[in-house]
Formats: sequence, C-alpha cells, structure tokens
Amino acid sequence: MIQQISQLLPELWQIAVVLVLFLETIGKPANDAAKPKWLPLAAAAGIFVAVFSLKADGLLFFKAYQVDSLSQFFKLAVLVGFFIVVLNADPLPTVESEKRSDYFLFLALSALGLMFLASTVELIAVYMALEISSYSLYALIPLRGKDQRAAEAGIKYVLFGAAATAVSLYGLSYILATQHSTYLEVLAAADWTWTHSPLAVIGLTLFLAGFFYKLALFPFHFWCPDVYDGTGNETAAYVATLPKLGAVVIMIRLVAMLKPENGIITIIAVLGACSMTFGNLSALIQKDLKRMLGFSSVSHAGYIMVGLSAVSAKGLAAAGYYSLVYVLMNLACFWVICRLATDGRNITLDDLNGLYKRAPGLAFIMAVGAFALVGLPPTAGFMGKFFLLTSAWNRGHDWLVIIACLNTAISIYYYLNIVRHAYTAEAEEPLPAPKPGSALWGGVLATLLLILGAFPGPVFHYAEVAGKLLIP
Amino acid sequence: MILAFLILIPICGGVLAWTMESRHPGTARWIALAVLLGNLGLTALLVPARFDVVSAVGPFLISLELAWMPALGIHFHLALDGLNLVLVFLTHFLGLTALAAAWTEIEHKIGFFYFNLLWVLAGIMGVFLALDLFLFYFFWEMMLIPMFFLISVFGHANRTYASIKFFLFTQISGLLMLLAILGLYFIHGRLTGRYTFNYLELLGTPLSDVSGMLLMLGFLMAFAVKLPAVPLHTWLPDAHTEAPTAGSIILAGLLLKTGAYGIMRFVVPLFPKAAAAAAPFAMFLAVIAILYGALLALSQTDFKRLVAYTSVSHMGFVMLAIFAWNQLALQGALIQIICHGLSTGALFFLAGALQERLHTRELGRMGGLWAAAPRLSGMALFFALASLGLPGLGNFIAEFTILLGVYQVSKPLAVLSALGLISAAVYSLWIIQAAFHGPPQPKLVLADLSGRESAALLAMLAALVFLGLYPQPVFTAAEPALTHLTRTAATQKITEAVPAPPGENPHASP
Repeated sequence: MIQQISQLLPELWQIAVVLVLFLETIGKPANDAAKPKWLPLAAAAGIFVAVFSLKADGLLFFKAYQVDSLSQFFKLAVLVGFFIVVLNADPLPTVESEKRSDYFLFLALSALGLMFLASTVELIAVYMALEISSYSLYALIPLRGKDQRAAEAGIKYVLFGAAATAVSLYGLSYILATQHSTYLEVLAAADWTWTHSPLAVIGLTLFLAGFFYKLALFPFHFWCPDVYDGTGNETAAYVATLPKLGAVVIMIRLVAMLKPENGIITIIAVLGACSMTFGNLSALIQKDLKRMLGFSSVSHAGYIMVGLSAVSAKGLAAAGYYSLVYVLMNLACFWVICRLATDGRNITLDDLNGLYKRAPGLAFIMAVGAFALVGLPPTAGFMGKFFLLTSAWNRGHDWLVIIACLNTAISIYYYLNIVRHAYTAEAEEPLPAPKPGSALWGGVLATLLLILGAFPGPVFHYAEVAGKLLIP
Repeated sequence: MILAFLILIPICGGVLAWTMESRHPGTARWIALAVLLGNLGLTALLVPARFDVVSAVGPFLISLELAWMPALGIHFHLALDGLNLVLVFLTHFLGLTALAAAWTEIEHKIGFFYFNLLWVLAGIMGVFLALDLFLFYFFWEMMLIPMFFLISVFGHANRTYASIKFFLFTQISGLLMLLAILGLYFIHGRLTGRYTFNYLELLGTPLSDVSGMLLMLGFLMAFAVKLPAVPLHTWLPDAHTEAPTAGSIILAGLLLKTGAYGIMRFVVPLFPKAAAAAAPFAMFLAVIAILYGALLALSQTDFKRLVAYTSVSHMGFVMLAIFAWNQLALQGALIQIICHGLSTGALFFLAGALQERLHTRELGRMGGLWAAAPRLSGMALFFALASLGLPGLGNFIAEFTILLGVYQVSKPLAVLSALGLISAAVYSLWIIQAAFHGPPQPKLVLADLSGRESAALLAMLAALVFLGLYPQPVFTAAEPALTHLTRTAATQKITEAVPAPPGENPHASP
C-alpha cells in the first residue's frame, strides 16, 4: 500500500492542490485577492515531486494504471507546463476577481486529468482521464469577461469535443466487440491487420480521432485557431500546450501496439503530412498572433506524427521529446503575448512593432521562441525536428521527411515575420512598456530552449529509455 | 581544446557585450576587440613549424573530439589543417576590419550589434573547423540568425526585404543539405553498421550513381547559394547593399567563402564521381557567373551594389577552380578566397566610409572626391586595381594560377573566363572615374580617412601586396591539405568502380 502511494506521488500532490483550491472557491468570501498566492509555490513543489518519482515503476488499479518511464516523463512535462501556466496567468486581466479561484481550480483539474492520461493503459480509463481534462477546459474557455468571441469559442470547443468523443467511443465499441478487451496489454498482442479484423482497425482509427481532436491534427483542427483567438490569452496558453502532451502520450502507447506496416500508421503519416501543409499555409496570412500560433500548432501536430509514424523506440522518443519542446516554445511565445496584452486584448503582429526598444528581454524571448518553432540551431526546436526526421527516414518514410522539410521552408516566412516585427519595425505611436522584470520566467523558458538545443542528450536519452519499454 | 576556445570565446564575448548594453554600451566595442585579438593570438599559437605532418586520417595539425550525442554518432569534432588555418586567420582579420568599420557607424543597440557580430564569426569559425557533418550543419545554420539580425536591424532603407530574402535562400538550401547529410548517414550506416556523422569515416562511402548524384546536389545547392553561383545569386546584391558596412564585409569576405570551403572539403571528396560528372556543367555555370556578374556590375550606379556584383564574378573564378580540381587550380582558389575577401572587404569599407560622409551610395552624385579626400581616394584606387587583378597584387596571383589550372582541364573555358579579367578592368576603373575623378565639387566638405580607418585599410593593403609578391607561405600551408583532398577524391573514384555491395536498402536514397 505504501509502495503504491509512493508511485502515485505526483498525482496525489496535484489532487491535494485541486482540493485546496476547491475549498477556497466555496469558503472564500468576496475578498478580491488576485489569485491564491501559494499556488505557484505548490506548482513548483509539484515539479520536484515529479522529478523525485521519475524512477517510479508499477502497475496499479487492476492493471489499468501503468507507472513507467514514459508516464513519469510526461507527468513531469505536464507539471513543468502547469507551473509556467500558473505564473503566466498573473494578473489575469479578463477574469473577474471572484472567479479566479475557480479558474485555477479548473486549470489544476485539467492538468490532473492529463497526468492520469499519461498512465492509463486501459481504454475506458483513458476515456475517463481524457474527459477529466476536457470538461475543465469546457468551463475555462468561455471565461473571458463578457467577450462574445470567448462564448463562441467555448461552444465550438464543446461541440467539436463532444463530436470527437462520440466518434471515439463508437470506435471503442468496435474494438471491444472484435478484440474482446480494453487492456492495452491484451490489445498489443492482438492481430490488427485489415485482413484479420477490419472492424478493429476501423475502431482503433475512430478511437484515435478523439486524440487527433485534442492534438488539433488535420482534419480535426478546425476549432483550434478560433478557440485560441476567442479565449483569453492565458487560457489559450494552456489550451495550446498541455493537452497536446496528453494526446501524444496516449498516441505513443497506441501506436506502439501496431506493426510499422499497419494501415493505421499510413493514415497517421498522411494526416501528419496534410496537417503540416495545411497549418503552415494557413498561418502564412494570419495577422493575429494567437491565430497564427493556432495554425502553427496544427502544423506541429503534423511534425509529431512524423515521429509516431516511424513506430520505433527512437521515433516514439522523438515524438515525446518534440512534444516537450513544443510546449516550451509555445509557452515562451504566449508568455510574451500575455505580458504585452496588459488589458487582455488579442495581440496582432503590429503590436509587436518596436518591441526590441520597449522590452528587449521580451523581444529576445519571442525571437528564441520563433526560431525554435522554425527549427533552427542552436534551439531545441532544431534538435527535436532532427530526431523526428532521422527516425522517419530510418523507417523509410522518405516522402514524409521531404514534406516535413518543405513545410519547414514554408514556415520560415511567418515565424521570421514575428521576429521582423519585434526587431526591425518601428511602432507608430509609442506603446506602453511592460513592467520591468516581466521577462523573468519567459527568460527561463528561452534559456531552457537553448540548453535543450545544445545538450539534448540526457532528456532524449530518458525519452528513448521510455520508448524502448514500449518497443524493445 | 584551443579549437573549442576559438568558438567559445566569441560566443561568451557576444553575450557579455550584450549584457553590458544597458549600462556601458561603449564597452561592447572593446569587448569585441579584446575577443578578436585574443582569438587571433590563440590562432597564431596554432601555426606549426611544418605543415606536412604525417597521419593516417589526413594532414591535421590538431584535432578535438568530444562525445556529444554518441548514441546517434554525433561528436563535437573539430580539426585544423593548413587549409582551414588560413581561413581562420582570414576570419579574424576580416572580423577586426568589420569591427573597425562599425566603430562609429553603429550608434544604437551597440551591445546587440556586437553580440551578433561575434556570434556570426563564431558560427563561421565553427563551419571552417567542424569535421562532423551534424556539427557542420549546426554551425552552418547558427551563423544565419545573427547575420539576419545584422542586416535586418542595422541595415539601410530596404533592409527588411533584403534580410528576409537572404534568410529564405540560405535556409531553404540548407534544408536540402540536411536531407543529403541524413541520406549519407543512413546509407553509410546500413552498409557498415556504424551510424556516424564523422566526415573522416563517411569519406569513401560507396554510393550508387543516382543516390550519389542526388546527395551531391543536396550539398551543392547549399554551397552554391552561399557562393553564390548563377542562377542562385539573386539574394546577394540586395543583402550586400542593404547590410551595414561591417555586415557587407563579413558577407563578402567570409560568408561567401564558407560556400567555397564546403565544396572543397565536402562535395568533391565525399562524392567524387558525382562531382566529376557534374563538373563540366558547374564550370560552365561558373564561367557564366564570371561574365554575367561582370556585365551586371558594369550597369550599376550604386557603389555597394556594383561591388556586390563584382563578387559574383570573382567567386565564379573560385567555383571554376574548384571544379577543375587540380592542385594548381585549388591553390589559386584559396588565394582568390583570401584576396577577394581582402579587396572586396576593403571596397565595402570604403563604400561605407563614403556613405557615412556623403549619405549616399549613388555614383552619379559623387565625382571629384579626390581633391577633398586624397587618402581615401588613393586607397580606393589601390583596392580597385587589386580587384581588377593588377600584377604584383594577390588577386593577380590568384586569377593567374586559376587560369593555369583550368587551362589543363578545359581550354575554351579558360579563354572565356579570361574575358572576365577585361571587364574587371572596365568596372574597377569606372568606379574610380565616377566617384573620385572629374571636376571637384566646390562646396564639398569631406573628412579624410581617420587613423582607425587608415590603419584597417593599410593592414589589408599590406596583406594584398605581400600575397602578390610572395604567396608561398599560403601555398606551403595549404599544400598538404589540398593534396590530401585531391588524393582522397582520386582513390575513391577507383574504389567506386567496384559495384556497390548488394543489400543496399531501397529506401535509403532520397
């Protein structure tokens, strides 16, 4: 029993955080405390707990819950992201002060769901964890003052989410009917060939759709730019980053069950290629920064598929590594957006004009984030992309590698445009300078991106160990 | 370790210069100066008594290999032979010149400027020294970002357009090289079971005709854009013209040379057969570059743009020589690399000095400057003469040696490219005539060269005269390295005649 508890430390910690937040929401009179002061500390402590339990290993709850290198890697990533998101959501200009505790409650709850997701190895548990993380988001997204666009974004997210979940459950029923189990362990041993059990293949493909939706992979991406655009900047920073981690970890587990020549892998590769191309082409013409990042995340979902489609330990590790880097670089960009939007409005490219003069630190963070998103050395984005391309090429997906490279070429233009506005364009009217010291945590993110770019070895090695557990 | 320091010192110095910006912006200049002088001293320590060291892998004077990502076969592998020693010297020399040019030109964001300057120099140094293909690509891309900032933040009126064009051209061609590097990595790994990016191990990888040609083209595209080879040169006039003076000096003097170095070090030795097959075509393009660049230079009215087009023409000689691939031509190419760096760097320096004084680069609005600024004009005359290949100066030695080398391979191309020398005389003298001769402008007040400017130009002048009269030290330094390169390429052609072993993965070719 004690041993089981020690294996669940990160989750337990997060549950405690959620409970305390819950008590605050019900007990609290209308004191307009900006936000729970203890929360960043608690989130930081969560990171230490996760680091502490990196080596945990075990199979719990009737074999539905696997604690292994992969899950611990992703839990750590989620908690790091959660910490940054909490810091980022200060001062939270668009949420009324009496709703702020609830806001953080939902945020923490959604992160908790993602942590569960990292460990679940049974399809119904997967579904439950997914819903825990999604339901909180349904409540979070419309929370942006009286903004109508936020309401629209909320409805879009719910409708798309519900539809995708329905498709997913429908697929689950097929899997259960044909393979007679929901345990990944059993399913991994099953025959997934089209000739043997076509219904199972259809079922798994449909089940994956739920995660394609989370990841905003073409053709399940239509909500993504609109939701980023409509919801508050701080919420968008969360929606754009952490949920993708949850989706990637489950996809890693599911893909590892399949043979490389399986048709589902081809579907994943093709959707990845479409997603990259569509996302990048649409991003080219965006003026609103959040919309641009929305389409950019559509294309990055495609890049992650490049690693998954390799179906090798290195490929899965590359996908895991890239999703971690993806979270860091997007958070870096959103950090700047949130600092600039002091009144919570949407930031356009023109708002970046002359940023270098007003806030050199923020401009630097933006530049590192943008260059990492392009995939240029010495940032981690380059290393991540390099690992992805190497693994896909090794599998013989030459065409996918070439499409990914072409897409990188396309994407240079709009990311470079961000840097251009920040560094070379002059602001027409003098814009207010952000608070001094506002660049601190963004600077930490930028430094992390540079360090992971120069020394990716240790983290990638850990991811590879995790990958080797799934595909020896 | 000295090799790693050569790269690390500018990187750290750049960060230091930037952090000083908020308090003492002026110190950034001195930091940059200290870094470059210190580095130059370190390089001087590396000059050996003899260059023809005997070693199994090649005539490397010193090398450094640290594990970086050993699981993927990636090492931090730097090595120095006579060839890149010369280029590292050139890097420092032109770095100092760029610093002298920027000293008063850059008034704002000084720390950021020197950060970018030092980082681009560090990247170039890395490109010249890296012997691991992954590391090479890493540095190749790393020098791009600071160069982009140098142009886009500190450049002239049309800087945004120019910088984005520069970035897109070089980055997209770089991606092709990345694909080629990966292709080579997998082909070699599948044949030998050793997955590595080590250049020395990848030498001699047996390749089928088709995959060899494709991989070679991937590399060549990246280098041809940098060089630049016609028809991939269109980014160059814009980037050179819009960059600040220091940026133009580094672009023309060093960045273009990384392309030439890449072809010498990687394209031909790694893919000798494919390179030999492509050589006639490449040499033909090079001759077109020589003539077409010169022709375009003749029709320019903007001082910097004119000099930029002469670079296209002069670098055509380098490409011609490399694809002729004999000892004589390669020696000539190396001298041309150095002398073109010096003379064109000096001309950009002078263009910058004029722009700082006159606020224009239009040759039409100059004229009669000789009376107002005799020292500046005299310098300009000297470097224009160097650029046209006056005997007694380095450029003459270079072009003459190249023509001798090319003559052995193809007489018609040697004859055609010699025509380039004539047009060089025309455009060089035209600069002098348009800008400095003619009736003096009575109201013009023009400060002559300052001590700092004169010192920088005199150093370049001395170097060009020295190379023109006594180029032997460069020949001696580079000879073992170049012999080794030509020999590796030649022996490989023989081994490749044996059909590649069966079992090559059909997926391996891109």
